[in-house]
Amino acid sequence: MDKENLHYADAPVGTELERLTRRGASRRDVLRALAAAGMASLTGAGLLTASSGAFAQPQPQPQPKQGGKIRVATQSSSSADTLDPAKGALGTDYVRGNMFYNGLTEFDSHLGAKMGLAESLESKDATVWVVKLRTGVQFHDGKSLTPADVVFSLMRNKDPATASKAKTVADQFKEVKATGPNEVTITLEGANADLPVILADSHFLIIKDGTTDFKTAVGTGPYKVKDFSPGVRTVGVRNEKYWKPGLPHIDEIELIGISDESARVNALLSGDVQLINAVSPRSTERIKSTPGFEVLETKTGEYTDLVVRDENGITGNDDFRRGMFYLQDREQIKRAVFRGFGTIANDQPIDPTNKYYLAGIPQRTFDPDKAKFYFQKSKVGSTPVQLFASPAAEGSVEMAMLLQQAAPAAGLNLQVTRVPADGYWSNHWMKHPLGFGNVNARPSADVLFTQFFKSDAPWNEANWKSPKFDQMLLAARGEPDDAKRKKIYGDMQVLVHETGGVGIPMFQSSLDAHTSKLQGLGSIPLAGLMGFAFAEHVWLVS
Amino acid sequence: MHAHAQRLIAARLGLALLTLLLVSAVVFGITGLLPGDAAQQALGQAATPEAVTALRHQFGLDQPALQRYVQWLFHVVTGNFGTSLSNNLPVSELIATRLPNSLVLAGLTTLVSVPVALLIGISSAMFRGSLLDRVLNVLTLSTVAVPEFLIATIAVLVFAVKLRWLPALSYLSEVSSFGGLLRIYAMPVMTLCCVIVAQMARMTRAAVLDQLNSSYVEMAILKGASPMRVVLRHVLPNTIGPIANAVALSLSYLFGGVVIVESIFNYPGLASLMVDAVTNRDMPLVQGCVMVFCAAYLALVLIADLAQIVSNPRLRQR
Repeated sequence: MDKENLHYADAPVGTELERLTRRGASRRDVLRALAAAGMASLTGAGLLTASSGAFAQPQPQPQPKQGGKIRVATQSSSSADTLDPAKGALGTDYVRGNMFYNGLTEFDSHLGAKMGLAESLESKDATVWVVKLRTGVQFHDGKSLTPADVVFSLMRNKDPATASKAKTVADQFKEVKATGPNEVTITLEGANADLPVILADSHFLIIKDGTTDFKTAVGTGPYKVKDFSPGVRTVGVRNEKYWKPGLPHIDEIELIGISDESARVNALLSGDVQLINAVSPRSTERIKSTPGFEVLETKTGEYTDLVVRDENGITGNDDFRRGMFYLQDREQIKRAVFRGFGTIANDQPIDPTNKYYLAGIPQRTFDPDKAKFYFQKSKVGSTPVQLFASPAAEGSVEMAMLLQQAAPAAGLNLQVTRVPADGYWSNHWMKHPLGFGNVNARPSADVLFTQFFKSDAPWNEANWKSPKFDQMLLAARGEPDDAKRKKIYGDMQVLVHETGGVGIPMFQSSLDAHTSKLQGLGSIPLAGLMGFAFAEHVWLVS
Repeated sequence: MHAHAQRLIAARLGLALLTLLLVSAVVFGITGLLPGDAAQQALGQAATPEAVTALRHQFGLDQPALQRYVQWLFHVVTGNFGTSLSNNLPVSELIATRLPNSLVLAGLTTLVSVPVALLIGISSAMFRGSLLDRVLNVLTLSTVAVPEFLIATIAVLVFAVKLRWLPALSYLSEVSSFGGLLRIYAMPVMTLCCVIVAQMARMTRAAVLDQLNSSYVEMAILKGASPMRVVLRHVLPNTIGPIANAVALSLSYLFGGVVIVESIFNYPGLASLMVDAVTNRDMPLVQGCVMVFCAAYLALVLIADLAQIVSNPRLRQR
């Protein structure tokens, strides 16, 4: 691929096309830009990484408008708000990160990676990766982006004193060093073909070398910090020198947190804010019936799962587990608990938006008779079984109620204990034989499997140990051939579905709502608010 | 009177210091009993044992509780309230940004609620047993019985979403004029008034009624004073003590108890700061907020006592 094509590949095609058509480009120019985009996705696949389709089908979009101010309310904001990407824990932190910083790569609409601050990311063996940095990128204070910034930003996640949320992921960086004026070489502990996707994670956003003070954020991102008060508000103003041509569109974005859902919806409907996230399915009718407002559903891989831990006792019994999974009334959970927003799941964690999803595994359905058969086989008898649920794991209290209602028909004496959300993750999650967990969408199949299903994973919720699975996980991670990877991931999904210890009834959708005047919102299946990266994409029409 | 008041103030200040000390010890002990600590809370689901150990060490949470408390106390004596564990800013700075907001909200609510409560209390006492008395009684009791989140939410639905007269959020950055101030504070102040007016009004009514039954009032009526004069000139000075105490108790609620109103209107006050601090197990910040609430409470009670002394000639002359 020649230099010019590479350059075209950098900018999102929509923007590049606009730029060309604006200046009256010839048809040939436009065609070439499109071809370059197509090639980019081809080479992307060749480089083991980018998902296809992101560039290949530029959507005909209305002309974005420049200017204007918006206010955005998310569900979480507290005095623990941070501008430190490594510490980011909640939606607002990720939104802030994507406003003020950039990553080496970014997510596309299929959770593949497209290039961000990196111009290219290449590897022969998926272990040693050479990153070529984009030239001419400046931080908000005028300093140019250098390899030292990248080295610092990535390596600090390994330092326990940073308290990075992505430390376990960062531990696979064996070495990150500058190998040229615009080149960084990342050496991994073992092969991982998913590195480009991992680097798009907001914890690996690029900050300035040596930054220790996060009262403000000096990044390369589309907005500059105007005001940041934790738990109150964050104001970003347009970065005039942003390296993506024509972006961002909005002049000023103010980010606030309103924890109460109905207050958040009211603020939207009264016109005080223009965009909100975490809308409850119950409120969607009200928003849709008000003229001038829209609900945006983003299908994600997030799930609340029934955890049947393999410990001493009945929950370690395979038949008991099968019985519990047949007792989940997935249709009713989807209808009653989530008002139809979501996708029915099949007790394996890869959702249909993922490119490695294996279609065609026979769907487990609600079947109290089968459950009864398995419970009898497991000889659980009438011993009371305790199930722990908490509002901390979204929908789990309702799901537990449904299980309890269905239990007598299957001859199970199920007792539900409801515990408070406060402190749930440290005191209850994975501490009871039978309980619930909640897993947010992860950027890649590898990350999800590694964090939650590998035999020695710290969050192996069900304490499920399968050497065969671990072996396949490592094989897939280092497999450069995408088709072969897909095959291995497919087999792993079957394995988890058939023998695993978690019941995953459905994948949840993330619901945002906005005024119809706000346009340009798309969906990135990681989470709502365009995978928290809406800021540079949206614009206002009057 | 001066000597008496001075002695009282001195004694009260001494007691206040002791109270603050005890409260801080109790709060420290109780928050220690809460499940999880700042390190686990900060790491959330990502709390692997080694990450928690590292962060605990960084926060100094690996030291014995008693040592941490004494250290904190020592710093407070030198005027240093420590650093917040959740965002690394000085506690005094965090409180300084929120305290004025809380004071303004409390002040405006006081300005509105106290006159209204006095008016309701006095008039229902003057016309006791009448229709007016009963109507006011039912009205105040029903507003205090309705939970404040319901009042606030309905107010937002009506005034912000349907009529669009008032903003749904109390947003301080937009105050540019007196009219703007009124618009922003209208709903939170109204909601809080609903909560506290009833209690003050009923205490006022009881205090005034108590006096109306005494013999000097009979005397005043017999000498021909008008009902208005009887209440304002003869009865009110004698009820200042109890009323001041009722008002002080109600107003102390305006500091720590307004968290629901703060969260519904997204008002950045101290109460929500404290709730965040507890959720994050951010000990220095919790302690800082508690000290402020406790001090405010003690100050209000002291003022009420002084008002009682000043208004009572028998106490005044001792």
